[in-house]
Amino acid sequence: MSKWQKSPSRRQFLSGSAAAVAGSMSAGAAAAQTPDPLITQVQDWASYAGDGVDEVRYGLPIRFEDDVVRRNVPWLTADPISSINFTPIHALDGTITPQGCAFERHHSGAIELRKQDYRLMVNGLVDRPIILTYADLERLPRVNHVYFCECAANTGMEWAGAQLNGAQFTHGMIHNMEYTGVPLRLVLQQAGLAAAEDLSNKWVFVEGADASSNGRSIPMEKALDDVIVAFKANGEALRKEHGYPVRLVVPGWEGNLWVKWLRRIEVTDRSVESREETSKYTDVLANGMARKWTWVMDAKSVITAPSPQSPISHGPGPLVVTGLAWSGHGRITRVDVSKDGGVSWETARLGTQGQTKALTRFYLDTHWSGEPMMLQARAIDETGYVQPTKTQLREVRGENSVYHNNCIQTWYVNEQGIAENVEVS
Amino acid sequence: MSKFLNILLPALGGAAIVLGVAFGMASRNYQSQEVDAVLSKAEAAEQRTKEKALEVAELTGRLDDLEGSLTDLKRSMANTGGTSVNVTQASLPKADYGLGRVALPQEIAAWDINIHPDGAGLPKGRGDALTGEEVFAEKCASCHGDFAEGVDNWPVLAGGFDTLTDKDPVKTVGSYWPYLSTVWDYVHRSMPFGGAQTLSHDEVYAIVAYILYSNDLVEEEFELTSENFLDVEMYNANGFIIDDRETTEYINWRIEPCMENCKASVEITMRASVLDVTPEEEESAAAKNTATDADLESVKVAAAVLEQQNALIVDGERVFKKCKACHQVGENAKNKSGPHLNNLMGRSLGAVDGFKYSRAFAEASQEGRVWTIDELAAFLKKPKAYIKGTKMSFAGLKNANDIDAIIAYLASYSEQSDD
Repeated sequence: MSKWQKSPSRRQFLSGSAAAVAGSMSAGAAAAQTPDPLITQVQDWASYAGDGVDEVRYGLPIRFEDDVVRRNVPWLTADPISSINFTPIHALDGTITPQGCAFERHHSGAIELRKQDYRLMVNGLVDRPIILTYADLERLPRVNHVYFCECAANTGMEWAGAQLNGAQFTHGMIHNMEYTGVPLRLVLQQAGLAAAEDLSNKWVFVEGADASSNGRSIPMEKALDDVIVAFKANGEALRKEHGYPVRLVVPGWEGNLWVKWLRRIEVTDRSVESREETSKYTDVLANGMARKWTWVMDAKSVITAPSPQSPISHGPGPLVVTGLAWSGHGRITRVDVSKDGGVSWETARLGTQGQTKALTRFYLDTHWSGEPMMLQARAIDETGYVQPTKTQLREVRGENSVYHNNCIQTWYVNEQGIAENVEVS
Repeated sequence: MSKFLNILLPALGGAAIVLGVAFGMASRNYQSQEVDAVLSKAEAAEQRTKEKALEVAELTGRLDDLEGSLTDLKRSMANTGGTSVNVTQASLPKADYGLGRVALPQEIAAWDINIHPDGAGLPKGRGDALTGEEVFAEKCASCHGDFAEGVDNWPVLAGGFDTLTDKDPVKTVGSYWPYLSTVWDYVHRSMPFGGAQTLSHDEVYAIVAYILYSNDLVEEEFELTSENFLDVEMYNANGFIIDDRETTEYINWRIEPCMENCKASVEITMRASVLDVTPEEEESAAAKNTATDADLESVKVAAAVLEQQNALIVDGERVFKKCKACHQVGENAKNKSGPHLNNLMGRSLGAVDGFKYSRAFAEASQEGRVWTIDELAAFLKKPKAYIKGTKMSFAGLKNANDIDAIIAYLASYSEQSDD
């Protein structure tokens, strides 16, 4: 017996009974036996006044949605101060992640840093080392871009086999926001790059203001391309847990490079080889050798519903299968969905056209027969790269890795519509 | 011409990749150590100095060439989907808005403290493994263990040699870290957890020496100094290659995928539910959905009253963030690197079961000392002065209001409020 069967949660209970009810009805539009009191009786909300304006000065989701929250997996890390939690992607739709439920990853806790106390140093191989204040940043030309931020460890627990029952836990180390900020290039140019001479072999070392002082080296080519020194997300200030007041946005590259509470940018002539780019965020292959500088997040997708935390809540008939796809190499051009564990595939509909290095929503508007399914999705990006199976990944990398697991995920959906994380041959 | 180039370039790229990977395995750091070794030999044999110097110059020249081709290679690998930027000074649009002020040398010195594999940025200093053992026991062992073996889920720093081909490699400073500079830099900038940048340079040298000793990489009497820093050989220095997904993965996976009859059969080979490691979904208000508006109203009122009455406690909760890395309080509070603080008021000093106190606290416990407001206030002001020999690395709270607030906060988790 599976864990879910032993202790069905509210969702499973509801979905189970809903499926049973739906199943007892005839196919097509069901005929009502008795009038619905929600319609025939005047309800409180149709008679009494609701809340006035200013009841809540900054609104949170209505209380019926309070299970759409970040969750962590306590056994993963020693302490929540240096840990990670997961975006509830199973319960969201569209592509933009609300800041309040976007995953957090801290190395030394989320700090409080006021705008007035914010300083950004640009030093190293520059014409004049400078200090910028928050107000200075606001005076430089700004850009807006939507980008996904994925932790390199997303799906990392699944290397050895299916482990966690829920898209939130297997794929929730990701969020997708619209950032407002200043191109890193402009920030560097305030200090002047002539002193760096040949830019093709230079780097920037970026560092945070928190106690972990997370520091990473980024090649100058990327730094001058699309990296943003961001201070707004989804139109409002960054949240404390995402680096308020200023974080780095490194499109398409692993989340660890997106340094929060950014306080220093140093132009260097080599990689610093900091802790986070040697002992962590490197990928051990089967032969014991490790890959380093594996910055790009390859194309990946996951079905968010149905999934273990979002089972099918109705009987056979019309079913919307939906999920997310993304690629650090550019736009998502196509997503295929399989209901039979990868034997046959059909191409899903993209919610909107893929944007470069941003989440793309896909839908498969289909008919569920009520038979069990093995649901899979595979993403294809503008370079023609096709998201690999777990077997393909293991053939190249073995099973010793932690990071960059972008394998095809399988959900087994049973006759009741309950979904489970499985691995298939 | 462009056609011709298109045929030629991939072939050139292939050659560069072979060269680059080979070079990637011998890092720059390793090469410069060899250069150093060559140099010292040259000094020993004076008559050959000139010869050797020439050799070194040659080697350095070759090194630079290789580094150049390596950089090119890295760029070609990182370069994706035709979105590359041609990075040259000339291609940069003008963008001098004249914002920012010049950073002062003292400011740069305060923040620019990272060090490089070749020792650039390393401050002068020294520390031996035996001293390091003591410092480590005091400042690091509560998480990393007395022998750097790691407590609970905290990082293991020692051992794990020859496990990198296992399914769960033990990646320690000894078995995995390629550069000693990374160890020194990380300990110096980011450790100890909850008290970063409180170690003296010599303490950092001593801790690093001890970590090397705990990995059997040096002898017990070893002293690490700014002079011998580059002589230390790291076990896994040659264990890294630069991202090669372009050639090992992308070229094979950029093909039109199968749509029909892609495999003969499909079996479920593993189920997550068997492992049963998924956190239980907590019962939410949405799930219960039983609270009435009256319930909500009474909760709101109670919360408002509580907030008014306990502004100090609320303030204390903010101050407590400084303590959280080591101490827990409240429901399910456990001992971490510091003891839990439930029922602190009226509790004997050094009285929590299962916590390994410093000798100073054990003595205070025997003397029958009890935590009172006064006792706590004095301790929190200057911990190390009030209880000499405490393991607590916290420097103390300067602000008297903060001390009052945190005591009020901790008292709210005590049955005896001591007032």
